[in-house]
Amino acid sequence: MCGGWCGGACGQHLMYALVDCNTFYASCETIFRPDLVGKPVVVLSNNDGCIIARNAEAKALHIPDLVPFFQVKQLIQQSGCHVFSSNYELYGDISARVMRLLETVAMEMEVYSIDEAFLRVDKHNCQALGKQIKDMLLQQVGMPVCVGIAPTKTLAKLANRAAKKIKKFKGVCVLDSPERWQWLLQRISPKDIWGVGSRITERLQHLGINTALELAQANPKILRQQFSVVLERTIRELNGEPCLDLELEPQPRKEIICTRSFSYKITELHELQQAISLYAARAGEKLRQQNGLTAQIWVYLEAFDPAVGHYYRQRVVKLPHHSNDTRLFASSAVEAIVPLYRAGIRYKKCGIGLLDIRTRKYEQQDMFTQQQSTQSRTLMTVLDKINQRYGKHTMMLANTGINPKWSMKREFMSPRYTTRWTDIVRVSC
Amino acid sequence: MKISLIARKEPTVKVALPVYGARVPAGFPSPADDYIEDWLDLNEHLIKHPSATFFARASGSSMVNAGILDKALLIVDRSLTPQHEDVVIATVNGELTCKILDKKARLLRAANLSYPPIQIHDDIECVVVGVVVHVVNTLCTHS
Repeated sequence: MCGGWCGGACGQHLMYALVDCNTFYASCETIFRPDLVGKPVVVLSNNDGCIIARNAEAKALHIPDLVPFFQVKQLIQQSGCHVFSSNYELYGDISARVMRLLETVAMEMEVYSIDEAFLRVDKHNCQALGKQIKDMLLQQVGMPVCVGIAPTKTLAKLANRAAKKIKKFKGVCVLDSPERWQWLLQRISPKDIWGVGSRITERLQHLGINTALELAQANPKILRQQFSVVLERTIRELNGEPCLDLELEPQPRKEIICTRSFSYKITELHELQQAISLYAARAGEKLRQQNGLTAQIWVYLEAFDPAVGHYYRQRVVKLPHHSNDTRLFASSAVEAIVPLYRAGIRYKKCGIGLLDIRTRKYEQQDMFTQQQSTQSRTLMTVLDKINQRYGKHTMMLANTGINPKWSMKREFMSPRYTTRWTDIVRVSC
Repeated sequence: MKISLIARKEPTVKVALPVYGARVPAGFPSPADDYIEDWLDLNEHLIKHPSATFFARASGSSMVNAGILDKALLIVDRSLTPQHEDVVIATVNGELTCKILDKKARLLRAANLSYPPIQIHDDIECVVVGVVVHVVNTLCTHS
C-alpha cells in the first residue's frame, strides 16, 4: 500500500523489540573484572539482605534466588562463588549507557526498567537488527543482552524469553508470522505470558485452557466478561494485534514513597529523625523532577522486636500549603514521627510518602490561601542544580547527619568504576 | 625481535576556559561582550562516543615511550574497531593490560624495551576491549 515510505506512520511496517540484559547486576560486576568471566557471581540486595541476582554459573551451582544471604553463606563460600553488595552507582551508569545506545537504533523507545527497553523498529531486516543490537551492546558497554522482536509487546516479551532459553536462537528471536509464535505458545503455560499471573492461570485451567496457545485461540469477548479487559488485550496481542503502545513519557506519579531498612536496628529518636529527614529530601527531589507539588505527607515506623512483636505506627500530616520544599517536608516529618516513637524498641525501617501530588501547571492561584514563596521555589531549583552538577548530597539538610551510622550496609561493594575518580579501573602497563 | 616505537603523544592538560568573559558592573559595557562564545568543553574534545567511553588508570611503565606514564589517565573508546598499531586495552588471561596491538605479527607490544611482547596464540585468552584514544599525564602535582 504505502510501499514503506511512511516512516512507520501507517503502522504496517512496525515491530516491537524487547531488549533485556542478561542477569544485569551480575553482568555489571564482571565488566571491569575480566577475571570473573565464566565464574559464579551473585549480587545481594540493600543491606546485604538477600540474593537478588545470579549469573548462569551461579545458577548452575544451585544457589537459590531471593533467599537471605546468611542462610546460604556457607554454600557460597565453599563453592567459590563471588559475592557483591548492590553497587547502584555502577548499575545506574551502565543502564544509562545501554539506553542511550539503544536510542540510536530505535524509532521510539520505552525504558521499561533498569535493564529492559521496548523499541519501535522497522519490520524489515529484524533479524539483522537484533544481532546488531546484541553485538553493539556487548562490544561498546560489555553488556550481554537478548532481543525479542514481534508485532506486539506481549509477543516481543515471548520472543525475548525464547531468545534467552533456546540456545539455537543465539540471543535473537524474531516472531514475524503466526506459525512461529504459535509453535512457541503451544509449548508454554499461560502463566509464562506477560501479564498473566498464576491465579488467572489456575482459573483458566478450570475452563480447559492449559497452554498459552489455547489462551490465544480463546474467544476474547467471553474471557473479557469472566476476567478483565486486560486479559482480552493479552489475547489480542497474542494474535499479533497490537493493543499496548509504547509508554513514551512516564506518567507523573500520584504518590512518591521513599523508604529503606537500616543497616542495624535503631533505638534513638534523633537517629530516626536523621533517617526520615534524608528520605524526605530524596522524595522532594523526585517530586521536583516530575514538577509536582504536595500538601500531604505520610510517615511510618516499623520494628520487629521480640519484646513487642511487630510494631508499626503511621500517620498522615497536612502541610499548610502545596509545596515542593524539601525543608518543609523534612521538618514536618521529623515532628510527625515523635508521637509514633516509643523508647526501648529497636526500629528496622522508616519511610515517608508524599501523597495527592498535583502537577504545578494545574496549581490554583488563590489570593486568600497561603502559598509556597518564590524564594523557597528558587532555593529548591538551585539545590537540585547543585546536586546534579556536583553529585548527590553536595548540598543537603544538616539534620540528615553527615555519614550517618545507620546508612546502608554494603560490605562487599565493588569499586564505583564509572562514577568516582578514585575508583576507576587499573590496567597494567 | 624488532620493536619499533611510536611517536610520543602530546600530553593533554585539563582546562576549561571561557573564550571571552568580561563583566563590568557599571560604566561602559565591555566591547568584547558581543564576542563571548561558549566555554571550551574538554569532554567534547576528548570523548566522541560518551556511551562507549570509559576511563582507566595506567599502572606501570611498559608504555612510557607511547606517552603513557605510570598513573596516567587513559580514555578508552570501546566503539572503535582496533587497527594495526593502535594502543589498546586487552584482557590477557583475565587481566586488563594496555599495549600496542600488532595485528600483522599477532603481538601485544610494550612501548618500552625492557618489556617483552605478548604473543597472541591459541593457548592464551586475549580479547581487545577498546582503543585508548587519549592519555592524560599529570605533570604538576601541587595544583
